[in-house]
Amino acid sequence: MSEVFIAGAGIHPFGRHELSGLDQGVFAARAALADAGVEWRDVQCAFGGSFAAGDADAALPRLGLTGVQFINVANGCATGGSALLSAYWAIKSGEFDLALVLGFDKHPRGSFNPAPADMGLPDWYGELGMMLTTQFFASKIQRYMALHGISRRTLGLVAEKAFANAVHAPHAWRRAPVALDDILNAQMVNDPLTKFMFCSPSEGGAALILASPARARQLGRDQIRLRGAAMRTRVKGSFEVFSPSLDIERGPSPAELAAKAAFEMAGLGPKDMQVLQLQDTESGAEIMHMAENGFCAHGEQEALIQAGATRIGGPMPVNTDGGCLACGEPIGASGLRQVYENVIQLRGQGGGRQVPGNPASGYTQVYGAPGVAAVTIIGR
Amino acid sequence: MRAIAPDLFIETPQGPRLLGGRRRESGEVVFPLPQGGERRFYEPMELSPHGLLWSWTVQRFRPKAPPYAGDEDERGFQPYAVGYVELPGEVIVEARLAFGAVEPRLGLAMRLEIVPFNHGADGVLQSCYIFRAEGA
Repeated sequence: MSEVFIAGAGIHPFGRHELSGLDQGVFAARAALADAGVEWRDVQCAFGGSFAAGDADAALPRLGLTGVQFINVANGCATGGSALLSAYWAIKSGEFDLALVLGFDKHPRGSFNPAPADMGLPDWYGELGMMLTTQFFASKIQRYMALHGISRRTLGLVAEKAFANAVHAPHAWRRAPVALDDILNAQMVNDPLTKFMFCSPSEGGAALILASPARARQLGRDQIRLRGAAMRTRVKGSFEVFSPSLDIERGPSPAELAAKAAFEMAGLGPKDMQVLQLQDTESGAEIMHMAENGFCAHGEQEALIQAGATRIGGPMPVNTDGGCLACGEPIGASGLRQVYENVIQLRGQGGGRQVPGNPASGYTQVYGAPGVAAVTIIGR
Repeated sequence: MRAIAPDLFIETPQGPRLLGGRRRESGEVVFPLPQGGERRFYEPMELSPHGLLWSWTVQRFRPKAPPYAGDEDERGFQPYAVGYVELPGEVIVEARLAFGAVEPRLGLAMRLEIVPFNHGADGVLQSCYIFRAEGA
Protein backbone atom coordinates (compact mmCIF):
# COMPACT_ATOMS: atom_id res chain seq x y z
CA MET A 1 0.00 0.00 0.00
CA SER A 2 1.31 3.39 -1.00
CA GLU A 3 1.27 6.51 1.12
CA VAL A 4 -0.90 9.29 -0.30
CA PHE A 5 0.11 12.95 -0.50
CA ILE A 6 -1.95 16.06 -1.13
CA ALA A 7 0.17 17.76 -3.77
CA GLY A 8 -2.20 20.58 -4.62
CA ALA A 9 -5.38 22.31 -3.50
CA GLY A 10 -7.58 24.89 -5.19
CA ILE A 11 -10.86 26.61 -4.50
CA HIS A 12 -13.39 28.90 -6.14
CA PRO A 13 -14.82 31.26 -3.51
CA PHE A 14 -18.12 30.09 -2.02
CA GLY A 15 -21.21 32.30 -2.13
CA ARG A 16 -23.49 33.49 -4.93
CA HIS A 17 -21.97 34.00 -8.37
CA GLU A 18 -22.85 34.64 -12.02
CA LEU A 19 -20.61 31.76 -13.04
CA SER A 20 -22.13 28.30 -13.57
CA GLY A 21 -21.38 25.62 -11.00
CA LEU A 22 -19.31 23.78 -13.59
CA ASP A 23 -17.18 26.83 -14.32
CA GLN A 24 -16.56 27.30 -10.60
CA GLY A 25 -15.40 23.68 -10.49
CA VAL A 26 -13.09 24.17 -13.47
CA PHE A 27 -11.66 27.29 -11.80
CA ALA A 28 -10.89 25.23 -8.68
CA ALA A 29 -9.38 22.38 -10.73
CA ARG A 30 -7.04 24.78 -12.56
CA ALA A 31 -6.05 26.34 -9.25
CA ALA A 32 -5.25 22.91 -7.78
CA LEU A 33 -3.20 21.90 -10.83
CA ALA A 34 -1.21 25.14 -10.67
CA ASP A 35 -0.74 24.70 -6.92
CA ALA A 36 0.70 21.21 -7.50
CA GLY A 37 2.84 22.40 -10.39
CA VAL A 38 1.36 19.89 -12.83
CA GLU A 39 -0.45 20.05 -16.15
CA TRP A 40 -3.90 18.59 -16.73
CA ARG A 41 -2.41 16.08 -19.19
CA ASP A 42 -0.31 14.66 -16.33
CA VAL A 43 -3.41 13.59 -14.40
CA GLN A 44 -4.01 9.84 -14.71
CA CYS A 45 -7.40 9.54 -13.06
CA ALA A 46 -10.06 11.93 -11.83
CA PHE A 47 -13.11 11.65 -9.59
CA GLY A 48 -15.64 14.43 -9.37
CA GLY A 49 -19.21 15.28 -8.61
CA SER A 50 -21.88 17.83 -7.94
CA PHE A 51 -25.30 17.36 -6.38
CA ALA A 52 -27.24 19.91 -8.40
CA ALA A 53 -24.91 21.44 -10.99
CA GLY A 54 -24.52 18.63 -13.50
CA ASP A 55 -21.96 15.95 -14.28
CA ALA A 56 -18.42 16.70 -13.22
CA ASP A 57 -16.96 15.19 -16.40
CA ALA A 58 -18.51 18.10 -18.29
CA ALA A 59 -15.29 19.77 -17.15
CA LEU A 60 -13.34 17.68 -19.68
CA PRO A 61 -13.79 19.91 -22.78
CA ARG A 62 -12.71 22.86 -20.63
CA LEU A 63 -9.73 21.19 -18.97
CA GLY A 64 -8.71 19.28 -22.09
CA LEU A 65 -9.77 16.06 -23.82
CA THR A 66 -6.78 14.01 -22.74
CA GLY A 67 -8.59 10.67 -22.55
CA VAL A 68 -8.14 10.63 -18.78
CA GLN A 69 -10.14 8.08 -16.74
CA PHE A 70 -12.79 10.37 -15.22
CA ILE A 71 -15.45 8.96 -12.92
CA ASN A 72 -18.53 10.93 -11.94
CA VAL A 73 -19.43 10.51 -8.29
CA ALA A 74 -22.98 11.00 -7.00
CA ASN A 75 -23.35 10.26 -3.32
CA GLY A 76 -25.67 12.83 -1.77
CA CYS A 77 -24.04 15.06 0.82
CA ALA A 78 -20.94 12.82 0.75
CA THR A 79 -20.31 13.45 -2.96
CA GLY A 80 -17.09 15.43 -2.45
CA GLY A 81 -15.91 13.14 0.33
CA SER A 82 -16.61 10.09 -1.82
CA ALA A 83 -14.69 11.55 -4.77
CA LEU A 84 -11.75 12.14 -2.43
CA LEU A 85 -12.02 8.64 -1.00
CA SER A 86 -12.03 7.16 -4.52
CA ALA A 87 -8.86 9.02 -5.47
CA TYR A 88 -7.28 8.08 -2.14
CA TRP A 89 -7.93 4.40 -2.83
CA ALA A 90 -6.60 4.77 -6.40
CA ILE A 91 -3.27 6.23 -5.25
CA LYS A 92 -3.03 4.00 -2.18
CA SER A 93 -3.44 0.90 -4.34
CA GLY A 94 -0.26 1.80 -6.21
CA GLU A 95 -2.10 1.80 -9.54
CA PHE A 96 -1.84 5.57 -10.09
CA ASP A 97 0.62 8.36 -9.29
CA LEU A 98 -1.49 11.45 -9.85
CA ALA A 99 -5.22 11.98 -9.36
CA LEU A 100 -7.61 14.93 -9.43
CA VAL A 101 -10.53 15.27 -7.01
CA LEU A 102 -13.18 17.79 -8.02
CA GLY A 103 -16.40 18.97 -6.38
CA PHE A 104 -18.65 21.90 -7.19
CA ASP A 105 -22.25 22.96 -6.83
CA LYS A 106 -24.83 25.68 -7.32
CA HIS A 107 -28.11 25.44 -5.42
CA PRO A 108 -31.28 27.54 -5.61
CA ARG A 109 -32.01 29.75 -2.61
CA GLY A 110 -33.87 28.38 0.37
CA SER A 111 -34.07 24.96 1.94
CA PHE A 112 -33.51 21.75 -0.02
CA ASN A 113 -36.74 20.08 -1.22
CA PRO A 114 -35.96 16.52 -2.20
CA ALA A 115 -38.70 14.29 -3.63
CA PRO A 116 -39.74 11.65 -1.06
CA ALA A 117 -39.72 8.86 -3.67
CA ASP A 118 -36.07 9.60 -4.50
CA MET A 119 -35.24 8.58 -0.97
CA GLY A 120 -37.56 5.59 -0.80
CA LEU A 121 -40.13 7.46 1.30
CA PRO A 122 -43.92 7.78 0.89
CA ASP A 123 -45.35 10.98 -0.65
CA TRP A 124 -47.38 11.91 2.45
CA TYR A 125 -44.14 12.42 4.38
CA GLY A 126 -43.25 15.36 2.17
CA GLU A 127 -46.85 16.56 1.77
CA LEU A 128 -47.26 16.96 5.54
CA GLY A 129 -44.16 19.17 5.76
CA MET A 130 -41.96 16.75 7.69
CA MET A 131 -39.25 16.18 5.09
CA LEU A 132 -36.93 19.09 5.85
CA THR A 133 -33.28 18.83 6.81
CA THR A 134 -33.65 21.90 9.02
CA GLN A 135 -36.25 20.11 11.16
CA PHE A 136 -33.97 17.15 11.67
CA PHE A 137 -31.05 19.29 12.80
CA ALA A 138 -33.27 21.32 15.12
CA SER A 139 -34.85 18.21 16.64
CA LYS A 140 -31.45 16.58 17.14
CA ILE A 141 -29.93 19.55 18.98
CA GLN A 142 -33.13 20.21 20.96
CA ARG A 143 -32.94 16.73 22.49
CA TYR A 144 -29.16 16.96 22.87
CA MET A 145 -29.39 20.28 24.74
CA ALA A 146 -31.90 18.78 27.18
CA LEU A 147 -29.85 15.63 27.77
CA HIS A 148 -26.39 17.20 27.93
CA GLY A 149 -26.89 20.68 29.33
CA ILE A 150 -26.04 22.79 26.29
CA SER A 151 -27.33 26.37 26.47
CA ARG A 152 -28.75 28.58 23.74
CA ARG A 153 -25.90 31.01 24.35
CA THR A 154 -23.45 28.28 23.34
CA LEU A 155 -25.37 27.78 20.09
CA GLY A 156 -24.95 31.48 19.49
CA LEU A 157 -21.24 31.43 20.28
CA VAL A 158 -20.64 28.80 17.59
CA ALA A 159 -22.18 31.06 14.95
CA GLU A 160 -20.45 34.15 16.31
CA LYS A 161 -17.07 32.38 15.99
CA ALA A 162 -17.86 31.23 12.45
CA PHE A 163 -18.43 34.76 11.15
CA ALA A 164 -15.44 36.10 13.11
CA ASN A 165 -13.15 33.48 11.52
CA ALA A 166 -14.57 34.03 8.03
CA VAL A 167 -13.48 37.69 8.10
CA HIS A 168 -9.99 36.32 7.37
CA ALA A 169 -10.97 33.63 4.82
CA PRO A 170 -10.98 34.95 1.25
CA HIS A 171 -13.02 31.96 0.03
CA ALA A 172 -15.80 32.41 2.62
CA TRP A 173 -19.21 33.86 1.72
CA ARG A 174 -20.43 35.71 4.81
CA ARG A 175 -17.36 37.64 5.94
CA ALA A 176 -18.82 40.26 8.25
CA PRO A 177 -18.82 39.65 12.00
CA VAL A 178 -22.23 39.27 13.65
CA ALA A 179 -22.72 40.15 17.32
CA LEU A 180 -23.81 37.37 19.67
CA ASP A 181 -27.00 39.20 20.68
CA ASP A 182 -27.95 39.68 17.02
CA ILE A 183 -27.50 35.95 16.44
CA LEU A 184 -29.56 34.99 19.51
CA ASN A 185 -32.33 37.50 18.80
CA ALA A 186 -32.59 36.89 15.05
CA GLN A 187 -35.61 35.37 13.36
CA MET A 188 -36.26 31.82 14.55
CA VAL A 189 -36.16 29.27 11.70
CA ASN A 190 -36.57 25.93 13.45
CA ASP A 191 -36.51 26.23 17.25
CA PRO A 192 -34.01 26.56 18.92
CA LEU A 193 -32.07 27.71 15.83
CA THR A 194 -32.19 31.23 14.46
CA LYS A 195 -31.32 32.19 10.88
CA PHE A 196 -27.67 32.94 11.74
CA MET A 197 -27.31 29.47 13.24
CA PHE A 198 -28.14 27.72 9.97
CA CYS A 199 -25.91 27.46 6.91
CA SER A 200 -27.52 28.13 3.54
CA PRO A 201 -27.19 26.21 0.30
CA SER A 202 -24.66 28.18 -1.78
CA GLU A 203 -22.21 27.83 -4.68
CA GLY A 204 -18.56 27.07 -5.06
CA GLY A 205 -15.91 24.64 -6.21
CA ALA A 206 -12.95 22.88 -4.64
CA ALA A 207 -10.30 20.54 -6.00
CA LEU A 208 -7.34 18.54 -4.75
CA ILE A 209 -4.42 16.81 -6.44
CA LEU A 210 -3.39 13.54 -4.81
CA ALA A 211 -0.01 11.98 -5.55
CA SER A 212 2.05 8.90 -4.79
CA PRO A 213 5.18 9.40 -2.66
CA ALA A 214 7.50 9.24 -5.68
CA ARG A 215 5.44 11.74 -7.69
CA ALA A 216 5.00 14.04 -4.70
CA ARG A 217 8.75 14.08 -4.05
CA GLN A 218 9.46 14.72 -7.72
CA LEU A 219 7.10 17.70 -7.61
CA GLY A 220 8.53 18.94 -4.33
CA ARG A 221 5.03 18.58 -2.87
CA ASP A 222 5.69 15.85 -0.30
CA GLN A 223 4.85 17.90 2.79
CA ILE A 224 1.25 16.89 3.46
CA ARG A 225 0.12 13.29 3.77
CA LEU A 226 -3.46 12.09 3.63
CA ARG A 227 -3.09 9.72 6.55
CA GLY A 228 -6.63 8.44 6.76
CA ALA A 229 -9.92 8.76 4.91
CA ALA A 230 -13.10 6.89 5.71
CA MET A 231 -16.80 7.15 5.00
CA ARG A 232 -19.67 5.44 6.77
CA THR A 233 -23.41 5.22 6.17
CA ARG A 234 -26.05 5.04 8.90
CA VAL A 235 -26.52 1.99 11.10
CA LYS A 236 -29.53 0.87 13.09
CA GLY A 237 -30.38 3.14 15.98
CA SER A 238 -28.76 6.25 14.52
CA PHE A 239 -30.88 9.47 14.50
CA GLU A 240 -30.87 10.49 10.85
CA VAL A 241 -32.45 13.04 8.59
CA PHE A 242 -35.68 11.94 6.82
CA SER A 243 -36.66 9.24 9.34
CA PRO A 244 -40.43 8.74 9.78
CA SER A 245 -39.57 6.39 12.64
CA LEU A 246 -36.57 5.57 14.83
CA ASP A 247 -35.60 2.54 16.89
CA ILE A 248 -36.02 2.99 20.64
CA GLU A 249 -32.65 1.33 21.17
CA ARG A 250 -30.11 3.95 20.14
CA GLY A 251 -26.90 3.27 18.20
CA PRO A 252 -23.77 5.10 17.01
CA SER A 253 -23.87 7.85 14.37
CA PRO A 254 -22.10 7.48 11.02
CA ALA A 255 -19.69 10.24 12.14
CA GLU A 256 -18.66 8.19 15.19
CA LEU A 257 -17.99 5.18 12.97
CA ALA A 258 -16.11 7.11 10.28
CA ALA A 259 -14.00 8.88 12.92
CA LYS A 260 -13.00 5.62 14.56
CA ALA A 261 -12.05 4.10 11.21
CA ALA A 262 -10.00 7.13 10.11
CA PHE A 263 -8.13 7.35 13.43
CA GLU A 264 -7.24 3.66 13.16
CA MET A 265 -5.96 4.11 9.61
CA ALA A 266 -3.84 7.08 10.65
CA GLY A 267 -2.60 5.48 13.86
CA LEU A 268 -3.52 8.73 15.60
CA GLY A 269 -6.14 9.86 18.09
CA PRO A 270 -8.29 12.94 18.72
CA LYS A 271 -5.63 14.50 20.98
CA ASP A 272 -3.16 14.52 18.07
CA MET A 273 -5.41 16.74 15.90
CA GLN A 274 -4.48 20.44 15.92
CA VAL A 275 -7.04 21.96 13.57
CA LEU A 276 -10.57 20.66 13.10
CA GLN A 277 -13.15 21.22 10.37
CA LEU A 278 -16.43 19.70 11.60
CA GLN A 279 -19.73 19.67 9.72
CA ASP A 280 -21.67 22.69 10.96
CA THR A 281 -24.86 22.59 8.94
CA GLU A 282 -26.12 24.52 11.93
CA SER A 283 -24.57 25.57 15.25
CA GLY A 284 -25.79 22.48 17.06
CA ALA A 285 -24.20 20.14 14.53
CA GLU A 286 -20.74 21.53 15.30
CA ILE A 287 -21.35 21.02 19.01
CA MET A 288 -22.62 17.46 18.63
CA HIS A 289 -19.91 16.55 16.14
CA MET A 290 -17.19 17.63 18.60
CA ALA A 291 -18.26 14.71 20.78
CA GLU A 292 -19.23 12.28 18.00
CA ASN A 293 -15.75 12.61 16.51
CA GLY A 294 -14.11 11.99 19.88
CA PHE A 295 -12.79 15.45 20.73
CA CYS A 296 -14.69 15.68 24.03
CA ALA A 297 -17.32 13.87 26.06
CA HIS A 298 -21.01 14.63 25.52
CA GLY A 299 -21.84 17.76 27.50
CA GLU A 300 -18.27 19.04 27.83
CA GLN A 301 -18.86 21.35 24.86
CA GLU A 302 -20.74 23.82 27.06
CA ALA A 303 -17.69 24.66 29.18
CA LEU A 304 -15.22 24.30 26.30
CA ILE A 305 -17.04 26.69 23.98
CA GLN A 306 -17.81 29.21 26.74
CA ALA A 307 -14.06 29.21 27.50
CA GLY A 308 -13.14 29.80 23.84
CA ALA A 309 -11.50 26.39 23.33
CA THR A 310 -12.73 26.12 19.74
CA ARG A 311 -11.55 29.58 18.70
CA ILE A 312 -8.44 29.99 16.59
CA GLY A 313 -6.22 30.66 19.59
CA GLY A 314 -7.76 27.85 21.62
CA PRO A 315 -6.58 24.27 22.19
CA MET A 316 -9.02 22.74 19.63
CA PRO A 317 -9.72 25.28 16.87
CA VAL A 318 -12.86 24.32 14.93
CA ASN A 319 -13.92 25.60 11.50
CA THR A 320 -11.14 28.11 11.03
CA ASP A 321 -12.60 29.46 7.76
CA GLY A 322 -16.09 29.88 9.21
CA GLY A 323 -17.28 26.45 8.15
CA CYS A 324 -20.60 25.90 6.45
CA LEU A 325 -22.16 28.66 8.57
CA ALA A 326 -20.02 31.30 6.85
CA CYS A 327 -19.21 29.56 3.56
CA GLY A 328 -22.64 28.11 2.85
CA GLU A 329 -23.03 24.58 1.59
CA PRO A 330 -22.49 23.76 -2.08
CA ILE A 331 -22.92 20.05 -1.44
CA GLY A 332 -20.40 18.69 -3.95
CA ALA A 333 -17.65 21.07 -2.84
CA SER A 334 -18.28 21.37 0.87
CA GLY A 335 -16.27 18.41 2.16
CA LEU A 336 -13.35 19.31 -0.12
CA ARG A 337 -13.38 22.89 1.20
CA GLN A 338 -12.73 21.47 4.66
CA VAL A 339 -9.64 19.62 3.38
CA TYR A 340 -8.50 22.69 1.42
CA GLU A 341 -8.68 24.76 4.60
CA ASN A 342 -6.60 22.23 6.53
CA VAL A 343 -3.98 22.19 3.77
CA ILE A 344 -3.76 26.00 4.04
CA GLN A 345 -3.45 25.74 7.83
CA LEU A 346 -0.74 23.07 7.72
CA ARG A 347 1.22 25.15 5.24
CA GLY A 348 0.97 28.15 7.54
CA GLN A 349 -0.83 30.19 4.88
CA GLY A 350 -3.93 31.04 6.95
CA GLY A 351 -3.08 34.73 7.39
CA GLY A 352 -5.44 36.30 9.91
CA ARG A 353 -7.07 32.95 10.60
CA GLN A 354 -3.83 30.96 10.93
CA VAL A 355 -3.83 28.57 13.88
CA PRO A 356 -0.74 29.44 15.93
CA GLY A 357 1.96 26.91 16.80
CA ASN A 358 2.63 25.53 13.32
CA PRO A 359 -0.11 22.85 13.31
CA ALA A 360 1.06 19.50 11.94
CA SER A 361 -2.25 17.63 11.72
CA GLY A 362 -5.76 18.40 10.55
CA TYR A 363 -9.12 16.66 10.78
CA THR A 364 -12.23 17.05 8.62
CA GLN A 365 -15.70 15.57 8.96
CA VAL A 366 -18.64 16.06 6.63
CA TYR A 367 -22.18 14.84 7.34
CA GLY A 368 -25.38 14.83 5.38
CA ALA A 369 -28.44 13.16 3.97
CA PRO A 370 -29.47 10.39 4.06
CA GLY A 371 -27.09 9.58 6.93
CA VAL A 372 -23.51 9.60 5.68
CA ALA A 373 -20.31 10.93 7.19
CA ALA A 374 -16.82 11.17 5.71
CA VAL A 375 -13.63 11.91 7.66
CA THR A 376 -10.09 12.79 6.60
CA ILE A 377 -6.91 13.11 8.61
CA ILE A 378 -3.95 14.93 7.10
CA GLY A 379 -0.54 15.50 8.58
CA ARG A 380 2.87 16.83 7.85
CA MET B 1 -62.84 13.45 4.98
CA ARG B 2 -60.34 10.81 3.90
CA ALA B 3 -56.84 9.97 5.08
CA ILE B 4 -54.00 11.68 3.18
CA ALA B 5 -52.65 8.20 2.39
CA PRO B 6 -54.02 4.66 2.71
CA ASP B 7 -52.60 2.34 5.39
CA LEU B 8 -51.23 5.30 7.38
CA PHE B 9 -53.77 5.14 10.25
CA ILE B 10 -57.07 3.41 10.95
CA GLU B 11 -60.14 4.05 13.09
CA THR B 12 -60.92 1.43 15.74
CA PRO B 13 -63.76 1.31 18.31
CA GLN B 14 -61.16 2.56 20.82
CA GLY B 15 -60.13 5.49 18.62
CA PRO B 16 -57.53 6.09 15.88
CA ARG B 17 -54.34 4.06 15.61
CA LEU B 18 -51.23 4.56 13.50
CA LEU B 19 -50.48 1.56 11.33
CA GLY B 20 -46.92 0.31 11.73
CA GLY B 21 -45.25 -2.90 10.72
CA ARG B 22 -43.60 -5.65 12.72
CA ARG B 23 -40.86 -7.37 10.76
CA ARG B 24 -41.75 -11.05 10.73
CA GLU B 25 -38.16 -12.21 10.97
CA SER B 26 -36.79 -9.95 13.72
CA GLY B 27 -39.79 -8.44 15.49
CA GLU B 28 -38.47 -4.94 14.72
CA VAL B 29 -41.25 -2.32 14.67
CA VAL B 30 -41.30 0.39 11.99
CA PHE B 31 -43.61 3.21 10.95
CA PRO B 32 -45.19 3.56 8.46
CA LEU B 33 -46.12 0.05 7.34
CA PRO B 34 -43.76 -0.57 4.41
CA GLN B 35 -45.45 -0.75 1.01
CA GLY B 36 -44.43 -2.28 -2.31
CA GLY B 37 -41.77 -4.96 -2.42
CA GLU B 38 -40.99 -4.72 1.30
CA ARG B 39 -44.60 -5.11 2.41
CA ARG B 40 -44.50 -8.92 2.59
CA PHE B 41 -41.77 -8.90 5.24
CA TYR B 42 -44.02 -7.06 7.73
CA GLU B 43 -47.07 -7.91 9.81
CA PRO B 44 -49.39 -4.85 10.08
CA MET B 45 -49.44 -3.56 13.64
CA GLU B 46 -51.70 -1.02 15.36
CA LEU B 47 -49.38 1.29 17.30
CA SER B 48 -50.14 2.71 20.74
CA PRO B 49 -52.00 6.06 20.64
CA HIS B 50 -50.09 7.18 23.77
CA GLY B 51 -46.45 8.24 23.79
CA LEU B 52 -43.77 10.43 25.32
CA LEU B 53 -42.20 13.46 23.65
CA TRP B 54 -38.72 12.46 22.38
CA SER B 55 -37.77 15.68 20.61
CA TRP B 56 -39.38 18.61 18.87
CA THR B 57 -38.95 21.80 16.89
CA VAL B 58 -41.21 24.37 15.27
CA GLN B 59 -41.39 24.75 11.49
CA ARG B 60 -41.45 28.53 11.07
CA PHE B 61 -41.22 28.89 7.28
CA ARG B 62 -43.53 27.35 4.71
CA PRO B 63 -41.77 24.29 3.27
CA LYS B 64 -41.19 24.30 -0.49
CA ALA B 65 -43.98 22.83 -2.59
CA PRO B 66 -43.62 20.19 -3.85
CA PRO B 67 -43.38 18.13 -1.83
CA TYR B 68 -45.29 20.22 0.78
CA ALA B 69 -49.04 20.16 0.11
CA GLY B 70 -50.63 22.44 2.71
CA ASP B 71 -53.64 24.43 1.38
CA GLU B 72 -52.39 27.77 2.66
CA ASP B 73 -50.19 30.18 0.73
CA GLU B 74 -47.05 31.88 2.02
CA ARG B 75 -49.10 34.61 3.73
CA GLY B 76 -51.56 32.23 5.36
CA PHE B 77 -48.85 29.92 6.65
CA GLN B 78 -48.95 29.18 10.37
CA PRO B 79 -45.87 27.68 12.07
CA TYR B 80 -46.40 24.14 13.30
CA ALA B 81 -44.59 21.99 15.83
CA VAL B 82 -43.06 18.77 14.58
CA GLY B 83 -40.87 16.13 16.19
CA TYR B 84 -40.67 12.63 17.58
CA VAL B 85 -42.86 10.71 20.04
CA GLU B 86 -41.69 7.51 21.71
CA LEU B 87 -44.35 4.81 21.84
CA PRO B 88 -42.92 2.77 24.75
CA GLY B 89 -41.93 -0.76 23.80
CA GLU B 90 -42.72 -0.13 20.12
CA VAL B 91 -40.96 2.59 18.12
CA ILE B 92 -40.30 6.35 17.99
CA VAL B 93 -42.51 8.04 15.37
CA GLU B 94 -42.20 11.41 13.65
CA ALA B 95 -45.34 13.56 13.73
CA ARG B 96 -46.78 17.00 13.66
CA LEU B 97 -47.31 18.05 17.27
CA ALA B 98 -49.72 20.29 19.19
CA PHE B 99 -48.80 21.73 22.58
CA GLY B 100 -51.42 24.43 23.17
CA ALA B 101 -50.35 26.22 26.34
CA VAL B 102 -48.25 23.26 27.55
CA GLU B 103 -44.49 23.85 27.65
CA PRO B 104 -42.70 21.17 25.55
CA ARG B 105 -40.13 19.03 27.40
CA LEU B 106 -38.66 15.57 26.90
CA GLY B 107 -40.98 12.88 28.27
CA LEU B 108 -44.17 14.96 28.00
CA ALA B 109 -47.26 12.71 27.61
CA MET B 110 -48.73 12.89 24.10
CA ARG B 111 -51.75 11.25 22.45
CA LEU B 112 -52.68 10.53 18.86
CA GLU B 113 -55.35 12.54 17.10
CA ILE B 114 -56.65 12.69 13.53
CA VAL B 115 -57.19 16.23 12.21
CA PRO B 116 -58.07 17.87 8.87
CA PHE B 117 -54.97 18.78 6.87
CA ASN B 118 -55.62 19.87 3.27
CA HIS B 119 -57.71 19.34 0.15
CA GLY B 120 -56.63 16.74 -2.40
CA ALA B 121 -56.31 17.44 -6.12
CA ASP B 122 -60.00 16.41 -6.44
CA GLY B 123 -61.10 18.92 -3.79
CA VAL B 124 -61.79 16.32 -1.09
CA LEU B 125 -60.80 17.25 2.46
CA GLN B 126 -57.93 15.08 3.71
CA SER B 127 -56.86 14.25 7.25
CA CYS B 128 -53.50 13.60 8.87
CA TYR B 129 -52.26 12.32 12.23
CA ILE B 130 -50.80 14.49 14.97
CA PHE B 131 -49.78 13.97 18.58
CA ARG B 132 -51.26 16.43 21.07
CA ALA B 133 -49.88 17.06 24.55
CA GLU B 134 -52.14 15.59 27.26
CA GLY B 135 -54.16 18.42 28.76
CA ALA B 136 -53.53 20.76 25.81
